[in-house]
Amino acid sequence: MSTIDFKKSYLIQQEIYNQPLPVRERTTQPIHTGSSVIGIKFAEGVMIATDTQISYGSLAQFRSIQRIHTFGNRTLIAASGEYSDFQFLLDGIRALETTDICHDDGKRISAPELHSWVTRVMGQNRAKMNPLWNYILIAGVDKNRSFLGYVDLVGTNFEDNTLATGLGDYIARPLLRKAWRPDLTEQEARKTLEDCMRVLFYRDARAINKIQIGTVTATKCEISEPILLDTTWI
Amino acid sequence: MTSVGTGYDYSATTYSPEGRVFQIEYASKAVDNSGLSIGVRVKDGVVLGVEKIRVSKMHVEHSNRRLHTVERHIGCADAGLMADARNVVNRARSEAANYFDNYSHSIPVRALAERIAGFMQAHTLYGHVRPFGCSILLAGYDRTGPQLYMIEPNGIHLGYFGCTAGKTRQAAKTELEKLKLNELTCEQAIKEVARIIYKLHDENKDKDFELEIACANANGFKVVSKEILEQAENYAKESLNDEMNE
Repeated sequence: MSTIDFKKSYLIQQEIYNQPLPVRERTTQPIHTGSSVIGIKFAEGVMIATDTQISYGSLAQFRSIQRIHTFGNRTLIAASGEYSDFQFLLDGIRALETTDICHDDGKRISAPELHSWVTRVMGQNRAKMNPLWNYILIAGVDKNRSFLGYVDLVGTNFEDNTLATGLGDYIARPLLRKAWRPDLTEQEARKTLEDCMRVLFYRDARAINKIQIGTVTATKCEISEPILLDTTWI
Repeated sequence: MTSVGTGYDYSATTYSPEGRVFQIEYASKAVDNSGLSIGVRVKDGVVLGVEKIRVSKMHVEHSNRRLHTVERHIGCADAGLMADARNVVNRARSEAANYFDNYSHSIPVRALAERIAGFMQAHTLYGHVRPFGCSILLAGYDRTGPQLYMIEPNGIHLGYFGCTAGKTRQAAKTELEKLKLNELTCEQAIKEVARIIYKLHDENKDKDFELEIACANANGFKVVSKEILEQAENYAKESLNDEMNE
């Protein structure tokens, strides 16, 4: 019978146990993700839509999450990608809004200004190699001028009449482009967004058919209650 | 018992033989020299009114506000040295933001009053900083309803139904005591506050003044709109005329 060196085995066990833990110091992959956000400008304003699901990989974990939020009186912000990063960004946006309210100088931060701020935040985090893993749409109306902008995790940003993130950029965007006219009515815009979200539900494996639509015009800024889309699978 | 502080009033770190700290009392004198500030807590909110004495005809209207928004649901009026007040208000904003960062909940008015009071009191402890020469009338609306606090230069903060600060505060307090504050609405209170400020404004001593009014109610803290302010001023001027005609 060979002797067992208990002291040695104990020391080896301690050595393994006391190894420094591998610590992640930056976001490398999104974990809880939201799917596409789509948006279209219409005559009086801008409209964006998201579904209400947060996926955990292939698990449809949360199915009633609001992914569109308001900022100030006339701006909407919605995001796909890592939801916790969006929540973190929303905290910063809320603090920005509070500071804006406290200034009380008759002017509030508008959608293009928020878009610029978010772009800088996303860009700075990317520069630190620790991005906020989101693809964001910002919609608003400022002095009767509609705004629809996109920002993503690396700080890419642009404006357009129709925009979408994720799979929506491939599937919905052509449909949105086809439907867009400068004098598009609110009802037509709503129908177009609903149709696009339906197609996305058919084709995107990480989507559900419960959606929310945010509308902003010169006079209102509102997010609808969740809408269940009817589908025809045959 | 001397009410003159000779010898004991050079530093906030010195007590007088009667146990008074004269520097803090002198700070209150700075508050007493300012234009009138009134706060009233009524049924559905809190109304703040300020008599902003226009020092020069060259001043732009609405500049140098004496009403400040601290959070969405809290605001304040100041009395005394305005620059000191700006320092305190910035600290209050920072405290409110910090509270939200920690608790994900808007700061209760009482908690903010305590923090401001602590901040102001801290400046009464040392020889190398002077006490703040301002009082803050803090108005807010939170889960417990409308609340009004006044924080004085010595750090005392008390909740009030009606409080006044500035030159004509005693006369204003008397006027407030005539009102049934817990039966008024914000709308009525705005008019009454305007009336009191106009009534007690001394035309001979300070020529021109600007009226500022704000209201904290369930919709948050807002400086009142031009229309409401005009209505209140008209009501105040009519009341003055009625009194003169009597």
